[in-house]
Amino acid sequence: MTAAGQENQPLPITTGTPRGMPQVARARRRWRPKTSWLTQGLFVVLLAGLAVLFIYPFLWLVSASLKPKGETFDNKLIPAHWAWNFTGPDRPIPFTQYLFNVAPVARWFFNSFWISGLAALAVTLSSAMVAFSFAYFRFPLRNFLFAILLATMMLPGQVTMIPVYLLWNKVGNFTLAHDWLPHIGTNTQYPLWVPNLFSSAFYVFLQRQFFLGIPRDYFEAARIDGDNYFTMFWRIALPLAKPALIVTFIFEVQAKWFDLMTPLIYLRDRSAFTVPLGLKTLLDQFNSSGGGVGDYQVIMAGTLLMILPMLILFGLFQKYFIEGISTQGRKG
Amino acid sequence: MPGPSRARHWLSGFRERETWVAYLFIFPWIFGFLVLTLGPMLFSLYYSFTNYGLQQIAGIEDTKTVGLDNYQRLLDDPKIAASLKNTFVYTLMMVPATIIVALLLAMILMRITEKLAGAFRTIFYLPQITPPVAIGVLVLFLFNGTFGIVNRALALIGIEGPFWTTDPHWIKPTLAIMDVWGCGGTMVILLAALYGVPRQLYEAASMDGAGRWRRFKDVTLPMISPALFFSFIILTLAGLSAFTQAYTAFFGAGQAGSQNEAALFYAIYLFQNAFQYFNMGFASAMAWLLFAISLAITAVNFGVGRRFVYYQGEQKK
Repeated sequence: MTAAGQENQPLPITTGTPRGMPQVARARRRWRPKTSWLTQGLFVVLLAGLAVLFIYPFLWLVSASLKPKGETFDNKLIPAHWAWNFTGPDRPIPFTQYLFNVAPVARWFFNSFWISGLAALAVTLSSAMVAFSFAYFRFPLRNFLFAILLATMMLPGQVTMIPVYLLWNKVGNFTLAHDWLPHIGTNTQYPLWVPNLFSSAFYVFLQRQFFLGIPRDYFEAARIDGDNYFTMFWRIALPLAKPALIVTFIFEVQAKWFDLMTPLIYLRDRSAFTVPLGLKTLLDQFNSSGGGVGDYQVIMAGTLLMILPMLILFGLFQKYFIEGISTQGRKG
Repeated sequence: MPGPSRARHWLSGFRERETWVAYLFIFPWIFGFLVLTLGPMLFSLYYSFTNYGLQQIAGIEDTKTVGLDNYQRLLDDPKIAASLKNTFVYTLMMVPATIIVALLLAMILMRITEKLAGAFRTIFYLPQITPPVAIGVLVLFLFNGTFGIVNRALALIGIEGPFWTTDPHWIKPTLAIMDVWGCGGTMVILLAALYGVPRQLYEAASMDGAGRWRRFKDVTLPMISPALFFSFIILTLAGLSAFTQAYTAFFGAGQAGSQNEAALFYAIYLFQNAFQYFNMGFASAMAWLLFAISLAITAVNFGVGRRFVYYQGEQKK
């Protein structure tokens, strides 16, 4: 399973990993407490019961999203009547509504996809540059600057949130006043991904640890082969740091896919929404306490669709999710 | 020795080509730090002493400094105290519950065969990749007092479940329960720590006659204490700035009522002040209070942690 890929990795990565990415897999082959078969059997039964508790909300959601209006909450695992709530003929409100007809949902998914992807790519590359510099070069003020970088991780986002919003507002006014500039600022999607061009302290920290684990000889050899600093970074450092880059990328995709507050602050135009903000407005629209008409099947279908891409990402990169998380614990 | 020669040596670093390349590489961070962190921090501090708001954004009125008024209002506004209390109560429920459940799961996973443990670990991790907005939606419907499946299930075993999402007393426990459901991340961290405990320690302890409980208390706990401590700090900070789940489930167009007040977390009230009422001066003061509280709690944690957390690595270095 996950351990298999570990053995195919080039040696320097495994040995050089500082407080390592691949440790989970290696550790799993290690010792574990002796436990009798009977106890183990009991534990498995217990875990199976708990696993049902953990999975049931997902099953419930899948089933609820396939039920017709009015049966959403009958709590039957197998729907009494099946219904396709995603697309269908556009009809006026008293009838059952469909997810993709009630709002520009397809657009929201498209927005979330490209914003997550672009933001993750931007933060991965910019953080890699910064992390590599802190790990490889010796330069005046290096330790001082790195200490500042670590300190910024303690700062709650709320402190900078308001001035950053006002800054984007200013940028917006400026670009609107000049016809030759594209509209960049509040009420556009730029604030959702442009800050990622400037790296992120947490990822710099994570990647620096990784770069430190790569033997310096590799870089010196590349220099002797005629690489300059930039080609060395691009040809040698980045490929060697691939595991750390992948962890950064998927963590940031996840962060953007999850984020509700930033779109809530910056986006007004419905067609510019991301999935979390879109789903929140659907919830407000159809929840009866919000004066809605109770088309809960639409909310269920939307919630399911929102989870699916993360499930696929997790399925593809499970190893990196788990290793990325376990590495965090070792920061101490 | 500090002195003129050392200063010259230090400055001469800037004559090296390598230095310039290095600064070129960290330029993205320096720019981001100045424009998106340090600058905004200073502005935020300034705004917290002003009446900055909608009129000032629109340029209709000038910004006035109001001294400590915003900070005085932190004391006077009953919603500040209420939202802080909500946040603390929720954090106090969520953090220990998550860590205890995660530790129990990790310790059981460690004792079964690897293949099964891997499969269960994947299952327990799933809530962690569920978007918080989706969790907020699920909270509303799974825990609904009348038709929610949680109360249906409780009814099967003869318990009349409370109105989880509308009874003010039950809202924070409900949100905390959903967080325990998402304990997979903490569990993975603790599991990695458990696998890292050297077996020799257990063998030595057994030879000295230590029983199960003693081995847990005197070997396992100290050895995984850095991971426990880390989880504790991260979860506490997450609890203090909790926003998305509660906002999704309880705040929005037309959602008003008593349940709202029970779910009004500090980060939500801050957000409302900043971007719904546009009391940006006051919201800035709120942000600095949040920063101060986070720092104070983390400092206390580190102070207490120093007595309990055992870092193996310290000896090696």
